[in-house]
Amino acid sequence: MTSCLLSWIIFTPLLMAVILFLLPKAWEQHFRSWALIASLANLLLSLKLWYGFDGQIGGFQFIEILPWIPSFGISYALGIDGISLPLVMLTAVISPIAILGTWPKAGNPLKKERFFVAMVLLLQTGMYGTFLATDLFLFYFFWEIVLIPMFFMIGIWGGKERVYATVKFFLYTMVGSLLMLVAIFYLVRTQQEVTGVPSAIMTNFNSVKIPLDQSSWGAALASPQMLLFLAFALAFVIKVPMVPFHTWLPDAHVQAPTLGSVFLAAVLLKMGTYGLMRVAIPFFPQSAAMLSPFFYALGIIGIIHGALCALGQTDFKRLVAYSSVSHMGYIIVGLFSFEKVALSGSLYQMINHGISAGGLFMIVGFLYERMHTRNLADFGGLAKVVPMMAVAFMIITLSSVALPGTNGFVGEFAILIGSFQVAPVVAAVCGLGVILGAVYALKAYQMVMLGPVSGHEGVQHLYDINAKEIAAMVGLAILVFGIGFFPEFFFAKSKATLEIYANGLVPFLK
Amino acid sequence: MTESILPLLILLLPLIGFLLNGVVLPLVHRGFSKASAQEAGIVATLAIATSFVLAVVSVSGISGPVGHGENPAVGSFVYQWLEIGNLQIPFELRIDRLSGVLVLIITGVGSLIHLYSIGYMSHEKCVGRYFSYLNLFCFAMLLLVMGNNLPLLFFGWEGVGLCSYLLIGFWYADTEKANAGKKAFIVNRIGDLGFLIGMFLIYKTFGTLTITEIGQAIASGTILSTGLATGICLALFVGATGKSAQIPLFVWLPDAMSGPTPVSALIHAATMVTAGVYMIARLNPLFDLSPMAMSVIANVGAFTALMAGTIAIAQKDIKKVLAYSTVSQLGFMFLACGVGAYQTAVFHLMTHAFFKALLFLGSGSVIHACSGEQDMTKMGGLKKHLPHTYLTMLVGSLAISGIPIFSGFFSKDEILYSTIALPAGQSHLFIIGVITAALTAIYTGRMLAITFFGSERLEHEKLHHLHESPATMLVPLYVLAILATFGGLLGIPHLLGGFLGHLPHVLSGWLDPVIHTPHLPLVGIQLSLHEGVVMVGSIILAVGCFSLGFRAFREKFNVSQFIPSFTGAQKLWENKYYVDEIYHTIVVVPLRALADFSANIIDKLVIDNIVLSFGRATRDLGKRMRVIQTGDIQTYALGLAIGLITLLWMGHKLLP
Repeated sequence: MTSCLLSWIIFTPLLMAVILFLLPKAWEQHFRSWALIASLANLLLSLKLWYGFDGQIGGFQFIEILPWIPSFGISYALGIDGISLPLVMLTAVISPIAILGTWPKAGNPLKKERFFVAMVLLLQTGMYGTFLATDLFLFYFFWEIVLIPMFFMIGIWGGKERVYATVKFFLYTMVGSLLMLVAIFYLVRTQQEVTGVPSAIMTNFNSVKIPLDQSSWGAALASPQMLLFLAFALAFVIKVPMVPFHTWLPDAHVQAPTLGSVFLAAVLLKMGTYGLMRVAIPFFPQSAAMLSPFFYALGIIGIIHGALCALGQTDFKRLVAYSSVSHMGYIIVGLFSFEKVALSGSLYQMINHGISAGGLFMIVGFLYERMHTRNLADFGGLAKVVPMMAVAFMIITLSSVALPGTNGFVGEFAILIGSFQVAPVVAAVCGLGVILGAVYALKAYQMVMLGPVSGHEGVQHLYDINAKEIAAMVGLAILVFGIGFFPEFFFAKSKATLEIYANGLVPFLK
Repeated sequence: MTESILPLLILLLPLIGFLLNGVVLPLVHRGFSKASAQEAGIVATLAIATSFVLAVVSVSGISGPVGHGENPAVGSFVYQWLEIGNLQIPFELRIDRLSGVLVLIITGVGSLIHLYSIGYMSHEKCVGRYFSYLNLFCFAMLLLVMGNNLPLLFFGWEGVGLCSYLLIGFWYADTEKANAGKKAFIVNRIGDLGFLIGMFLIYKTFGTLTITEIGQAIASGTILSTGLATGICLALFVGATGKSAQIPLFVWLPDAMSGPTPVSALIHAATMVTAGVYMIARLNPLFDLSPMAMSVIANVGAFTALMAGTIAIAQKDIKKVLAYSTVSQLGFMFLACGVGAYQTAVFHLMTHAFFKALLFLGSGSVIHACSGEQDMTKMGGLKKHLPHTYLTMLVGSLAISGIPIFSGFFSKDEILYSTIALPAGQSHLFIIGVITAALTAIYTGRMLAITFFGSERLEHEKLHHLHESPATMLVPLYVLAILATFGGLLGIPHLLGGFLGHLPHVLSGWLDPVIHTPHLPLVGIQLSLHEGVVMVGSIILAVGCFSLGFRAFREKFNVSQFIPSFTGAQKLWENKYYVDEIYHTIVVVPLRALADFSANIIDKLVIDNIVLSFGRATRDLGKRMRVIQTGDIQTYALGLAIGLITLLWMGHKLLP
């Protein structure tokens, strides 16, 4: 296990970014290719990881531990288990697809292309690091690293109100994260009191039992465990984002360049649910269980409110952003049900939403780049003009409405049937999202693709997706139907981890 | 169960056809709309026809004599689809005697309709797309009937919904047609939620989703309360009302007629819309546990049949007549299910597949001949121009009206008799059934009279183009006409069978291993006077009403033209009881308003404002605090002094 494969996965993008700065300015039109090569290299490394990963083992594998700041118990600790593996693979697969699908058109290069590409690479380092860190400080470190490239991507290459959106995004997520940092300090200190040695390595917290006074709600809310849970949970639910902490998302999405939106929807949001699953719930299960009705409620509100807001939008990109809010609500419900099938479904849904939301934002990007509008009323009848794009959009729409045979169904079905076993009414109400999801998704599809061809001037500049974009869409379609028909092939390696994870939560299942 | 690869091949052939037409041919031709109707149609027809041949082989494999308690079936276990803990969902196909009947209908009638489509769609563009969807539909429908667990059934269930959406909106450039497709999908989704919840309840109760295991669990005496059984059955039935267009979710089916007519024949008459009936028959041990749910099903079926029958009598559009007729006939099937006569429901499902597919294809031939005209009041006198179409449609009409010898007579009579002969039957169900049967004969006679008799009202130009359909369309019509004529002989009622020398009720015996019904009236031992009375009565009724409709409506099109007091009812029927308008007012408009309210008021003005107010408060606090930073040394010194004094005082007071 001294292959340092995980470190290679994390730092290859960063290394590529450094090399990028050494390349001459004259090669500017090849910088994207460089990003693509870097992402593909990482995909290869990740595939190597996938094949090397032993699905029979429930704990962390490929562990790397180096002391970093020993006096504070901070170490450079990496590891991967069945929960982080799918997310790493998602990042590895989505990155090249996103880069291919948002390739700038000839004669239309981005300003500061070099910096943009560097940010894309740095973002990847942050995402991989977040999923692979097994030390809380390191986790926090990568968590915050991700903010930097995102801040610049929205702030420099965003739309008209990019500054407002990026500041809102940055401050909102930052505030949540700071509480998490405080909680990490507290945790490490408590850990030191118990064991004598300071350590922020996640697996070491199993021995630390922080009390929760469950005699009354007031006492519980004042207990250290509950406060710690809330501090972590706040950071995570802002990122998810869970209603009512979601309002940064539509603004950030609408202003962000397409590539930023794709990463934001496909991977960054998953950091929030990953955090809940990795830290907040297993570290403080009593608190999480106690608050589960509350999270159920917010999850349901998220599903319904998100869907209704999506239905009420006139801007295509905003509609897709709200659909993310709605879909992430399912994951919240699944996680807090503490039920094995639903927990597994939540993990599946993280991957599946990454694919469908990433795909939808790419479609929005295709149209915006060609027609320079995102207003749904400006579209219409485009299937006649761009039939291949229409097919791609249809496939992703089906994934988004969770049609059986697509990836979306597997996760949503597992979440609903699992949580139904412990909370039937909750699952039944969540089911309303199944209907509303179809309403807004088909509305969007119809307004863009069906009906008579729009008279908007942008239609003259519209042309069908090119070879690179086709490649990206084919990649997504393979994932959509591959996971839809053969979920076992994709998720078999997560089984052992999920088994242990769910069994660990069984005592707290009410 | 015999393990065999046949069910898998039957399922995959249409999928391969879909991929050939949807992916390979466009790649070969370098474009989506380049393949000709011949080319695409032959690929698709061959795919489904081969399936049919294999289906015949499979079904003949389970046709031997069965001992008591045996349930012959062939199946394919393909792979483990999903497995999380106890939740095991294998991709497993199963053809037993019930699904076998459906598989034969789907592939058999499906092949005929594919063949018919080659002629019907010959003038269209994008036929490759059309045929690929048609094949995909067959794949999903076969999965629905062959899937041996509820998630797989649901896979097919939603899959046929998707294909229905795609095919209704085939001419998507027309907003109205696109809307019809969307409406079908969304209304079906409402039903699907019911189905999902029923499935979740089943999993919670039985710990399995495999259909055969659910049956075994019930047979071996799994105790579940009547309330729970009712809950499960009603939830599933909500799904059935969506897919099979029953009250209250029937509104999508009439709109679905905006798809190409062969699609209406295949999806919206013969196969998909009967999925709800199939599902109930499939899960009959479960439904037997809840008399209350059964009663709801019977009543919903009966009232849907009546309601749709009255609407059908007042429609001008030939396809709308047939659409409401389909809703009405589906109501009959649910009525049969609801009184426990599952095999009678399957019997009617089969004969209906024959005669309604025939009527739809016939209407398609008429529409094709009349250059797309669908309004019957603008047709008239077509008999001499379209002799083959007329002849076959006449057969279909006689069959649906319940004229003896023709298939509909047998199945409909059996349903009517079941409603009084079975213990679950109720007299009001019988009366509604009789009225609906009378209505059916009248509106069918009316449709035939207005279309084929009377004066020639077709526009001059369309009249000029009038032509009988090509052979690819006529052959399926004649085959279906034969089936619609003789299909009923599979279910000869006991009374007649007794007269003619103990002819058996073939279908009932065939389905016996799957559907155990102790009280089946038609295989009972004693000859019943009732049965004879009902039969003679229903023959007189059918013949009388059919000839009434047939003779009365040649130049007058509406009931109100004969009976002035029906003017109000006529308006009500013409406008379909205003159900669409009511739904628009109580569902669509409030939903739009709610969406608007959520997006613009709750999200923007409330939630986001609270978030922003935190930002504003911080900034305001900063502004206030800025006042202290005067830059004046004396102010700072004063502050310093005050602070020092406070600290000293605190130290003095607090420290010991």
